[in-house]
Amino acid sequence: MELFKPEFGLVFWMFVAFMCLYLILAKYAWPFIIKSMDERADLIDKGVAYAQQAKSQLDNAKAEADKIIAEARADQADKLREAEAMKAQLIENARSEAIVEAKKVTDAAQVSIEQMRKESEKQLKQEVCEMALVIAEKVIRTKMANDAAQKELVDKLLREVETNN
Amino acid sequence: MKKVLNITIAIAILALMAWGYASAAHHSEHSSSKELDPKEIIFSHLGDAYGWEVPFSHTARIPLPIIVIGEDGLNVFMSSKIANGEAYNGYKIATEGDYKDKVVQVVGGQEIRPWDFSITKNAAGIMIAALIVIMLAMSVRNWYKNNGMKAPRGGTALLELVVEFVYTDTIRPIMGKDAPKYGPYLLTAFFFILTMNLLGLIVIFPGGANLTGNLAVTMVMALCTFAITNFTGTKHYWKEILWPDVPMALKCPVPMMPLIEFLGIFTKPLALMVRLFANMLGGHMVVIVLILLTFIFTNMYGAGVGAATSVVSVSLALFMLLLDTLISFIQAYVFTLLSTIFISMAHVHEEEAELKENN
Repeated sequence: MELFKPEFGLVFWMFVAFMCLYLILAKYAWPFIIKSMDERADLIDKGVAYAQQAKSQLDNAKAEADKIIAEARADQADKLREAEAMKAQLIENARSEAIVEAKKVTDAAQVSIEQMRKESEKQLKQEVCEMALVIAEKVIRTKMANDAAQKELVDKLLREVETNN
Repeated sequence: MKKVLNITIAIAILALMAWGYASAAHHSEHSSSKELDPKEIIFSHLGDAYGWEVPFSHTARIPLPIIVIGEDGLNVFMSSKIANGEAYNGYKIATEGDYKDKVVQVVGGQEIRPWDFSITKNAAGIMIAALIVIMLAMSVRNWYKNNGMKAPRGGTALLELVVEFVYTDTIRPIMGKDAPKYGPYLLTAFFFILTMNLLGLIVIFPGGANLTGNLAVTMVMALCTFAITNFTGTKHYWKEILWPDVPMALKCPVPMMPLIEFLGIFTKPLALMVRLFANMLGGHMVVIVLILLTFIFTNMYGAGVGAATSVVSVSLALFMLLLDTLISFIQAYVFTLLSTIFISMAHVHEEEAELKENN
């Protein structure tokens, strides 16, 4: 039966055709196709992983932003409280310092007033003394001839001094 | 609307069948002297031929080159030169004897078979199939060349799906790191067998040659797998054949298991060869027989019964052809899958084998 007897010529051509086909495809087609398919599969996998990562990052980002805002709020409140305290402190400090300073100033003023008073008193006394001397001198010069007159003048001057004091 | 269309198509098909039937009956009336010989028809359809039939003609053939090396050396001529029993340069197609339907050389009244390298119908079919496979594979390759990472569309996407199915989902899981080395052979075998299977189902040129239903074709394919399996097999593969890991009584003094394993080397490719051959041959044979039923019944009971049979046999043949389309794919896949398994079984390494035993 012809069907069950492999014909030599056909085996030959089949072998030749299959070998040519194999050599051509193994060199030019399959490795390239498989490589491209693998590369694309990798690319898609990477893309999906990247998208998932991005999504989770996005989800996280919202939570993170909320956290940051809350932190910032807390920080702000802290800062405000601190500032308030600092302000009070500063005011307090300034006030006490001012009091001290004012006291110093008044003290100094009092001292200087006292000094001035003493000074002026001293000066006055000196001036009075000088005046008395001048007067005495004058009296002595003009009215030294007449004893009575001298006596009267001395009395008069003394009275004056007494009334002045 | 769709219903109307369907009915119109059905009527058109029936009318065509009736016309075909009428012309066939007319034809058989004219050549009624020739008895209907189903066996002859079946085997001439399944077998090889010099020249390719032209549709709707019983005599016209597409001539194919005949290449023979006889007593007088190399001879190349077209098959049309020796069609219809004519002789050319002492060569003719034998009508009877051992070399029936083959080219023989008549030397001194004796018919001798020369070395026949003719591009017969099957050889031409093989080449057409190979060209189609090259074109398809190159179209996929060119897609990637031109479009880079873009997903393919249309036919290329379908081809890619098949490549993915065969290589990524079958060869790679079985072969592991050997996949890139043997993948090209297995993919080539798969697409070549698939193309030949499907071409065999197309009735007219360039199909109609019963390629994978021919033992020569499946033999070459099986021999390739056989050669790769045994010439690239590792030391461990041969150890498992010649000194398998079984109780001593089974391999010494009577080497029963080694013998069985050794026979297995040959039975595996033999099974590959016969499975593909028988499946495809069977499919074609059933279709031809179903169609022949019309003519057989016409001969026996007349035109009326024949016409009624034609409806049944054509529907059944259509069903069988659809089934054969599925079988074409399955058999190509089975051949590839089994080749993959055989080759990967020949690449067992010592450490892997031990690992398996430990597990």
